[in-house]
Amino acid sequence: MNNDTVLCLNNLSKRFGTIVANESVSIDLKRGEILSLLGENGAGKTTLMNMLFGHYMPDSGSIQVANVQGELAPLTLGHPQAALNAGIGMVHQHFTLAENLSAIDNILLGSESLFAWRRSMGAAREKINSIMLRTGLNAPLDTIVGQLSVGERQRVEILKALYRDARILVLDEPTAVLTPQEADTLFANIEVMTKDGLSVIFISHKLREVLAFSHRIAVLRHGKKVGEIATKEADEKIISRLMVGADTPSTPKEVLDVGAPVLQLIDLCAPGTSARSSLVRANLTVCASEIVGIAGISGNGQSTLAKVISGLTRPTSGRLEIDSEPVLTYTPASLLNAGVGRIPEDRHHDGVIGAMSVSENLAIERLDSSDIQKNGFLRKKKLKLNAQKLTQKYDIRGPGIESETRLLSGGNIQKLILARVFEASPKVILANQPTRGLDMGAVSEVGKRLLQARKRGAGILLISEDLDELMALADRIIIMHDGELHTAPSHDRAQIGLIMAGEIS
Amino acid sequence: MEILEILLSENFWAAALRIATPLIFGVLGALICEKSGVLNLGIEGIFAAGAMAGWMAVWLGADLWTGLFFAALTGAFFGFIHAILTVPLGLSQHVSGLGITMFATSVSYFTYRTALPQVSSPPRIEPFQPLDIPILSDLPFLGPVLFQQTAMTWLALFLVALVWWVYNRTPLGQALRAVGDNPDAADAQGLSVYGLRIGAIVAGSACMALGGAFLTMSAFDAFFFGMVNGRGWVCIALVIFASWRPGKALLGALLFGAFDAFQVRLQTEVGAFLPSQVFLMAPYILSIFALVIVARRAEYPRALLTPWFKGQR
Amino acid sequence: MIRIEPREAPSRLLTIGIPVLSAMLALLLAAIPLTFAGANIGEAYQQMAKGIFGSMFAFTEMLTRATPLIFTGLAATLAFRAKLWNIGAEGQLYLGAMAAVAVSTGWISGPPILLIPMILIAGALAGALGMAGPAYLKTRFGADEVVTTLLLNFIILIFIQMMLEGPLKDPMGMGWPQSSPVVDNALLPQILPRMRLHYGLVIALVAAVIAHIMLSKTVWGLKLRAVGENAAAALHAGIGVKRTLMSAALISGAIAGLAGVSEVAGLRGYLTTDLSPGYGYTGIVVAMLAGLSPLGVIVAALFIASVFVGADSMSRAMGVSSYLADLVVAMALICVLVGGFMARFTIKITPSNNTLPTNDTGVA
Repeated sequence: MNNDTVLCLNNLSKRFGTIVANESVSIDLKRGEILSLLGENGAGKTTLMNMLFGHYMPDSGSIQVANVQGELAPLTLGHPQAALNAGIGMVHQHFTLAENLSAIDNILLGSESLFAWRRSMGAAREKINSIMLRTGLNAPLDTIVGQLSVGERQRVEILKALYRDARILVLDEPTAVLTPQEADTLFANIEVMTKDGLSVIFISHKLREVLAFSHRIAVLRHGKKVGEIATKEADEKIISRLMVGADTPSTPKEVLDVGAPVLQLIDLCAPGTSARSSLVRANLTVCASEIVGIAGISGNGQSTLAKVISGLTRPTSGRLEIDSEPVLTYTPASLLNAGVGRIPEDRHHDGVIGAMSVSENLAIERLDSSDIQKNGFLRKKKLKLNAQKLTQKYDIRGPGIESETRLLSGGNIQKLILARVFEASPKVILANQPTRGLDMGAVSEVGKRLLQARKRGAGILLISEDLDELMALADRIIIMHDGELHTAPSHDRAQIGLIMAGEIS
Repeated sequence: MEILEILLSENFWAAALRIATPLIFGVLGALICEKSGVLNLGIEGIFAAGAMAGWMAVWLGADLWTGLFFAALTGAFFGFIHAILTVPLGLSQHVSGLGITMFATSVSYFTYRTALPQVSSPPRIEPFQPLDIPILSDLPFLGPVLFQQTAMTWLALFLVALVWWVYNRTPLGQALRAVGDNPDAADAQGLSVYGLRIGAIVAGSACMALGGAFLTMSAFDAFFFGMVNGRGWVCIALVIFASWRPGKALLGALLFGAFDAFQVRLQTEVGAFLPSQVFLMAPYILSIFALVIVARRAEYPRALLTPWFKGQR
Repeated sequence: MIRIEPREAPSRLLTIGIPVLSAMLALLLAAIPLTFAGANIGEAYQQMAKGIFGSMFAFTEMLTRATPLIFTGLAATLAFRAKLWNIGAEGQLYLGAMAAVAVSTGWISGPPILLIPMILIAGALAGALGMAGPAYLKTRFGADEVVTTLLLNFIILIFIQMMLEGPLKDPMGMGWPQSSPVVDNALLPQILPRMRLHYGLVIALVAAVIAHIMLSKTVWGLKLRAVGENAAAALHAGIGVKRTLMSAALISGAIAGLAGVSEVAGLRGYLTTDLSPGYGYTGIVVAMLAGLSPLGVIVAALFIASVFVGADSMSRAMGVSSYLADLVVAMALICVLVGGFMARFTIKITPSNNTLPTNDTGVA
């Protein structure tokens, strides 16, 4: 029974404009199997799964899914409803839950006839309870989703799929938002489910968990499938070579003498969006020529920390000092003027103004400086020269300096932000998830620039969810949990993981 | 003393309910649109269109209920245009809505003028009459208040209950709430975001048109230019005040109606000291005030004003 | 299956061509209501053209009609560029007119060189004040400016009524609710003899040019565009978002106020509550037709004014309701919205069957 195929993706291709997201990708999946789909950010994993689930229409290729009898039948493409009916369930990286409805309402959404005059949830509730009992995926059914924790929301997402009798479950980076311990629980639950005959496609870029937990691994690179291997025959080296193409030499880090403190938080309290993400009497020092890494599961106060240092949130008590000068007014402008450069977490939303030109975006943080304006009028020639210089120096590629910034790729937008930040020679640099969603080339560019700034004498606060990145770049690592800062005892993964989870402090 | 007397009189509350009726239709219509994630600033024009269409149908010989049906149909038509512009095309909901208001208003005025070129006094129809319901009408206080109302007020009250039921007790209501909060969630569960939103706008606009029809078919018996007079905009303010809840929408409309009825009565008492315009302004000022006090804590439908495109996530 | 995909970069031809085509389409669509009204369509269009270009007087009437529309179109343009939905230009226009009347109906005397700038400043200040309230409520309390400005239009009009029946009432007006006439030295002079066209048009054109320069050549304009396009990023980049919004609001209101001054001191000579047949609302259509470009506003205002003047004269000649003009204007707005969409997106229709042809070459 364990060998029959339940899903075949045949030669799927998809392009967005000039970018090829997937090219002729073929993958098959067997009953009860856990297939890991592995690849760097931007390798095309999510696009592939969105085609499977009907969110994207493939440019070419076909999909076959086994029906209840186990016979393969072609799937209607481009229709989520068809994928649902064929028994495919997907848990997206960004949860697709209506936060104003309760967990059970989310699970039942779309499964009832829209024109019923009333709802009879007795049978449904019973079915969900039995699924929870069987798999161990527990969630408070009558609570509004807006009030659930991230882990609970994820379980609601999986329950949604199982309630609809999914025989194939796609999990898109399910552990990105979980603590290592929560992730272990999730893996245990999934193993129970596969015993029931469920097949799982598990999307990840974390080698460790993929090796520990899947049966087979398929690797995508630049939109193509570059390899497929049974997990028991694989090791980290083989897979990482497949993912990255060739071994990338890690940038050797120079040993530098640490200078005077340039950024200090002293007993600082600041409100976050939840109690968990509020800063509680935080103390932190970043010195010149030093990279301090902030690790932790997202939502534990990193955003609040970043907002305080960016001048977007006002602390309720405590002090922030830049270059030993206490900050008195908390506005983005005053912190910029104090010498803080910021690489924002959401570069498209907070970093650039998509509808404005590259040259305007390069100048936007220093509109008051005399080489940008004269008596309130823009000095267009200077703007242009500045943009020409920086696009060349930072290798920002796009349709041109006068074209809209939204036409640039993610990597080039990040380079634009780097150019803007580093050219101002800031004393402090706040880099919040600077490599998220970038391709390998852009990632190494970011690392290189951060190390250059460190050498120049800047103090850098690097917030990242990627432990590997922190270990490679940071001089010290500090872990955030429940809005509190904990010094990592060493560059020891297991220890750091436990602190991230709040198991030890 | 006189103020208390006003507040306790049956006539006052009957007037309040009568003034509130078109607003109840309007607020419910705006609520239905906005809960699905689309602001409908076409409301002011749809009121005018409903008022004209319902009246015209009856004037041409239809019975009152057929007239109402035509009013609703007219509202649905203009709602459908707004829906196409804002849902699949994802255009600015503000500008499209204002465009619908201009379009619906000018179509109504043009049609009325073309059908009735330059008459000295506007022709009249036989409007809805107060409805006498046995037993209920005999209740003390409540009886006379309700006894003075026409079938349209009863229809409005029934719609409040219906809308509440749909949003709280039916799968359709859950789906409509979901598209207004997170369209991706509805899409992922195989629901049609476009279908639900377009349907909601069409239904909501039909409801708004009934509010307009009340003006020509129940409150008055003829159509005048400029008779809507900002009632639609008041509804847009009231729906925020009501936090998008049908029960609170009814309450908001009633409070507004009570205030309006009160100022008219107060005017006769103290009108000698203050210009009448002060009282005319009061309802609009009240609306702004209501908006400001709830604005900070209003829980907008999360997807309101955000266009959603299929296959772009 | 129908899919909507954004174009890479809309061509310049499209961004200019689309509004022109939309305007023409709206004019053509007027044939439908004309047929409905039983008019001879060819004759109707002829009458319209005659009403605009038939004589020097007709043409200057069109320019006179365009004058307030340039002002209100600019008011909408500047506000909308900052994503500030000022729908209150109608009320601000009346406030401007009222301020002009308040300072120029007799109690101050002086030469035109003194009085004209004075009424312009007074009108601009009053208009700005009319928008300051909604802008404050928005930045301070988060109250939606669409609703507040819309409601304020009604409040202001009633307020004007009250003033015209009270302090501003013309004692010689035989009981009509109208203000005393503006003194001669404060009137905007006529440009041509025996025509109603006045120097308000010149002020409007200058305002459009200044607005263009401010938007595209100054730091203020850059900030305003940044706030409008992406307020979060603008805030992050150290731009004072609230301050920028407030300044946009005040300037937008001031320009709308100038529309009122120009009407009352250039055309009417006194204030009544029917000074504006909805110029404030029509300004929104002008702004949208202009693609929110200040110089485009001039062209768009000329078009809309032509529609009004042409339809008026056609309706006088043929007995078709003059509400036709409002109808065409509304249709022009809807057409330009759809047209703008066509410029930014393409609609792709792909067959929705089970399997698609496999593309072996890998190149589309």
